[in-house]
Amino acid sequence: MSFFDLKGTLSPFSALKQFGRKPHTIQYPKEDKEAADRYRGFHYNEMEDCIGCGNCSTICQNAAIDMVKVEGQEASKGDSGLRPRVDNGRCCWCGLCVDVCPTGSLSLTKDYLYVSDDADSFLFTPGLDNPGGKDNVSFFSTKESSLNDFARIPMPELEGKERIKSFAEVVLGYNEAEARAEASRCISCGLCSEVCPEHMHIPEYINAIAGGNDQDALRIIYDNNPLPEMCGKVCTRRCEDVCAIQTRGEAIAIRWLKRYATETADNAELIREIVNPEIKEANGYKVGIVGAGPSGLTAAYYLALRGFDVSIYESNKQAGGMTMYGIPKYRFPEDSLQKQIDYITSIGVKIHFNTSVGKDISFEEVYKQNDAVFMGVGFLKPWTLGIEGEELKGSEQAVTFLHAANSGLQVDVGDKVAVIGGGNVAIDAARVSARMNAEVTILYRRRVEDMPADWEEIEGAEDEGINIVPQAIPIKFHSDETGRIKSVEYLKAKMVPDEGGGRPKPVPIEGSNTIVEVTAVLGAIGQQGDYSFLKGEFEEKIKTERGRFVVNEFQQTSDPKVFAGGDAVNRTADAISAIADGYRAVKGIEEMLMKKA
Amino acid sequence: MREKATTLYIGPQHPGITGNMMIRLKVEGDTIVKAITEVGYLHRSFEKLAERRNWLQAFTLMCRFCVPEPDPVEETYSRAVELLEGRSVPDRAKFLRVLVLELARISSQLLWYGGQGASLGLYTIGQWSVGDRNYILDLFEELTGARVYHMYIWPGGVRRDMPEGFEKRVLKTMDYLEGRLDEYEALMFDNAIFKKRTQGIAIIDKEKAIEWGVVGPPLRGCGIKSDIRIDDPYEVYEHLDFEIPVYEGGDIWARALVRRDEIRQSIRIVRQVIKEMPGGSYYNKVPNPQKWTIQKGDAYARTEAVRGEIGFYVVSDGSNHPRRAHMRGAAYVHGITLLEDILKGANVADVSSIMNSLGTCPPEIER
Repeated sequence: MSFFDLKGTLSPFSALKQFGRKPHTIQYPKEDKEAADRYRGFHYNEMEDCIGCGNCSTICQNAAIDMVKVEGQEASKGDSGLRPRVDNGRCCWCGLCVDVCPTGSLSLTKDYLYVSDDADSFLFTPGLDNPGGKDNVSFFSTKESSLNDFARIPMPELEGKERIKSFAEVVLGYNEAEARAEASRCISCGLCSEVCPEHMHIPEYINAIAGGNDQDALRIIYDNNPLPEMCGKVCTRRCEDVCAIQTRGEAIAIRWLKRYATETADNAELIREIVNPEIKEANGYKVGIVGAGPSGLTAAYYLALRGFDVSIYESNKQAGGMTMYGIPKYRFPEDSLQKQIDYITSIGVKIHFNTSVGKDISFEEVYKQNDAVFMGVGFLKPWTLGIEGEELKGSEQAVTFLHAANSGLQVDVGDKVAVIGGGNVAIDAARVSARMNAEVTILYRRRVEDMPADWEEIEGAEDEGINIVPQAIPIKFHSDETGRIKSVEYLKAKMVPDEGGGRPKPVPIEGSNTIVEVTAVLGAIGQQGDYSFLKGEFEEKIKTERGRFVVNEFQQTSDPKVFAGGDAVNRTADAISAIADGYRAVKGIEEMLMKKA
Repeated sequence: MREKATTLYIGPQHPGITGNMMIRLKVEGDTIVKAITEVGYLHRSFEKLAERRNWLQAFTLMCRFCVPEPDPVEETYSRAVELLEGRSVPDRAKFLRVLVLELARISSQLLWYGGQGASLGLYTIGQWSVGDRNYILDLFEELTGARVYHMYIWPGGVRRDMPEGFEKRVLKTMDYLEGRLDEYEALMFDNAIFKKRTQGIAIIDKEKAIEWGVVGPPLRGCGIKSDIRIDDPYEVYEHLDFEIPVYEGGDIWARALVRRDEIRQSIRIVRQVIKEMPGGSYYNKVPNPQKWTIQKGDAYARTEAVRGEIGFYVVSDGSNHPRRAHMRGAAYVHGITLLEDILKGANVADVSSIMNSLGTCPPEIER
């Protein structure tokens, strides 16, 4: 380029034609740029949908989100009461918090301008500090884009037709790969532990399973539940009702994961080897326990670990209480229960079978021989319907029927059974009858969705061909000429909303009388306690209220030396509540006796 | 008469350099006799931070390796993780990724236009190109929700599908940009000043370029046809029709021409991608990030980023976070070894022009 570059000098001047163009970026008067429809600006949180699980806080790689108490948001079942607060000085607007939010309540908005000289004002509670953000939501969570895994790994089960041929366990259990995959869906929020009566360490053991550490999982589980395989099979699992994932998908199969972990140790010796519990030296105190049900066994196990000399008095020939004699074997096989009881006795718990307190040994004797007494006596006496014909041959109580069936006795229900009730006992009785080749009808006074039974049990019953007749109120049992029950007469009911705000009430429809032919009827409308073993002074001293013992937070009755738990105390009447009662009583007994010393 | 050497410091804050770093120059008159680079002013330890994040969290760090071109780093990390885990990616996601990568290439080249122009005192170029780049950022905002740090390409695919009518707006922007390229040509490449300040300046020796591992436009400006998109195709590049611009000379001018032509090739790719975009899913969902573990092993993925080849080496110890996430980028070679060498004998006034032409990116050196 030794000569003058004419083109190179002139061509840049072509830029002058820009003068004639309309500017793109200058607006007057000034208009703020409208952000795109998917813009990732400041957060917005739909307070009512948020459950305070804290998953946003966990994923935030800038540690910009913490969970704080917010006025107007109270903790309740399935809601921690906490809400995310974002430090906008740290946030990088990656939006991972939105993509992991299980409820979809957290989103990002089109708002992106904020100016203040107050550094604290950059701490910002979305939804509370910007209620108007609702109309500006731009980057939000859908089930498709979410990082949460909403679909549960299906549990392998026997086919409905196959099931009713025997009492083989219906649920087959997860294999290792299935368990790992299911466990890895958990976001470890801990809302489940809050509602578990026993506050089991659910996120921790699920985490262990997800990480392939089954033995760790088992140790964590045994920390506060000595009957985990029972819970792994038949727990009422309120934990799953509040699972964060369940807000938009299927809850983590917490119960089945516990089952998986416990099944990896298939005998009592192995459980002992894995759990390897620390057993304290004998402290010289004796505790007597009435009833070897879940609450009694739990109290016994943890007391024995703490060095107490524990004796259980059990009227039956086997331990387990209702879980042995009430729950059918296709749900909870006997060897599975036996394994857990063997483990409990292996650490020094003594069980006196066939020893009914009040008959074979008096309560007074138990009271005197021990430094403390725990009563886990259960609800054994069934309520009756109080209608005509209930005393007929072939009309039986479901619990009695189940007790006989579970004891291996021959029971004949014929080929047409009607079960009255809608709880788990009713479904159990119906499904056991189906396995005895009967055609089964369940009569329930409310709607199917009102049934207190576990939904999986109801589905299971339907799969097995059991006919559920909702809104049916039995009024009379008819007999044949031999005095045996022949049919059940019931009235259809309509559901009337409850003015008090309670659940709708069934009201019989006049003239809707319907008759079902039966060979047997099983009543399952609930049970009550039988405290006739408490005689003399104890009848006075140990107070009851509405059929249940009155206890304090440590399960202590009005007699300081006597503790109680299980169905005879709590209204939820399930195994896990009984276990929780037993565990609390251990603390109470320890406190009472050790403090005295 | 021999002039006495003096020491000049450029940086760490200086409008002419491409990020916070410093160069100590020993000069005699206007001529540099020795250049010593000093980095460490931007150290942000992304690689180390990644080891304390889970596999998914770590992806949000990747865009920060280099501000002008965040997407190739995201893509390379994601693909390395996918290779390591053996996770497949839906076809639509691959096309969307290429769309983003090529839009990012155009946007980055436009930003480079600005830097290269401004380093020579030609400020109009920068005003135009940064303005035009904004149209691409608008597209990014629409597709990803963010303008610069998109955090869009993640392991398993991409985060969101295209919004409705997005294809049309992309094509419209491409038509607009294509029309603008001739105007840039007149303003920049026909410009006597630009030619005079770039031709024959800072020549990279071909043999040295290969030996030292120079990559990208500086390598292609030495007459060597090397591009990962062709040499080791990833995503869907093997199905696309495009050319690799190569120029002889090894000087700033040749590197500039490579970049200029690449914009046209990228527009060509974007049009093909839009035309051939398959339907279906855009995301092969990864498991719950908290518990997403990857089996023990390691993997290496490489990409033709705007500044040249970048690679990601990821190692898993079987846990839910990377044991190591190491990035190999262009900036170390270009910004330290090559720069120190090439500055020898150069004019002080050319320092920032040379840095721009090499595409150094200090945050990436100090990753």
